[in-house]
Amino acid sequence: FPKQTFSLCCKPFRCRSLPARRKYMRSPLVPEMATQEVQLNETLSHLKTESDTLKTKLEEERAKLHDVELHQVAEKVDGLGQFVMKTRRTLKGHGNKVLCMDWCKDKRRIVSSSQDGKVIVWDAFTTNKEHAVTMPCTWVMACAYAPSGCAVACGGLDNKCSVYPLSLDKNENLAAKKKSVAMHTNYLSACSFTNSDMQILTSSGDGTCALWDVESGQLLQSFHGHAADVLCLDLAPSETGNTFVSGGCDKKANVWDMRSGQCIQSFETHESDINSVRYYPSGDAFASGSDDATCRLYDLRADREVAIYSKESIIFGVSSVDFSLSGRLLFGGYNDYTINVWDVLKGTRVSILFGHENRVSTLRVSPDGTAFCSGSWDHTLRTWA
Amino acid sequence: MSSKMHSASRVAQARRMVQQLRIEASMERIKVSKASSDLMRYCGEHAKSDPLLMGIAASENPFKDKKPCTVL
Repeated sequence: FPKQTFSLCCKPFRCRSLPARRKYMRSPLVPEMATQEVQLNETLSHLKTESDTLKTKLEEERAKLHDVELHQVAEKVDGLGQFVMKTRRTLKGHGNKVLCMDWCKDKRRIVSSSQDGKVIVWDAFTTNKEHAVTMPCTWVMACAYAPSGCAVACGGLDNKCSVYPLSLDKNENLAAKKKSVAMHTNYLSACSFTNSDMQILTSSGDGTCALWDVESGQLLQSFHGHAADVLCLDLAPSETGNTFVSGGCDKKANVWDMRSGQCIQSFETHESDINSVRYYPSGDAFASGSDDATCRLYDLRADREVAIYSKESIIFGVSSVDFSLSGRLLFGGYNDYTINVWDVLKGTRVSILFGHENRVSTLRVSPDGTAFCSGSWDHTLRTWA
Repeated sequence: MSSKMHSASRVAQARRMVQQLRIEASMERIKVSKASSDLMRYCGEHAKSDPLLMGIAASENPFKDKKPCTVL
């Protein structure tokens, strides 16, 4: 299959948010205007020189500290044995591609969303469906469970993120209590509640991320800096403070300060769209998965990429990544229908899991680390342990 | 007029980029050797409580049970 077809299916509205170059009539009838024009161009070239100098300085600073590779330091660590991980439950019920899923803090409930507009809440132990909502749009690309377990958020091609309180009454129509929280100017790619049910962080095809107050729907902070669609985000573990990381079609992973809206670190080593980002459990690093068929680990304090997880035989993109509880294992869901399990420290693959019959689109480890769940374009979700 | 506005917005964008780069350049960094040993230490400290890493007995993992267990 040509890669282009897959890309178009997966990211319907890839917009370049850089302004188009337009030719204006250049006839300064007034000499003043000509001088101002020249001044602006000089300023522009000064700034370009300064920005090039700073970029070189950044590279030099980062290179100075690159004294060793992670896998070299990890040689003294014991290797991992054989892993036997199997599908323990298969959740069937979606009528089309599963695009996203999230765990509830109770470690047994799961919310998932699909291309057909359905959002389903499951009990992962029993595989029973507890709630189902039909969204007014197709391609619900993002869904998230509220920390309290009392609500779910979702959105996609409707450009919004909506919150649905979960009712104990199975017969109640959830759609009636729906609350529209976020409004973007392009598709919603990811959403996550912060530490409480009160705030939601979103990322969008419009190139921005945003923090919203759930109750009022008010925009609290917006995050500008990506040059194309933002595809994923992850909040830092609460102990490490108010930051989050986002990844986009501009091949960049940006770390943001949630209070100021400032981008504090930026990493550009991937060769294609970054589909998934996930913090290492300590909060000192994060992993990313990309259409370039690699996963990478970036250390925030060393301010650089410290590991690449790839093999020549792996040529399909990574849609989604997550760490095991200790951070030793990295699970990656791939577009070739497999899940690869990596030794984070040594950089080697420890296991490859088969089972899905189409690309794996989403993958999350459960809150207590006893299992992980994957969702796929084959319409199912699987829990593995 | 229009070409001036066009240049002005490019200048504003370039200023933002320079400002961003200044912030990033002023960051305090540590050596990869130190960062790596910290990551290893974290893994080591938490390895025992990582069920997917250690593998826990089927009787203790609710997902490995065929019958769902009820915790009273």
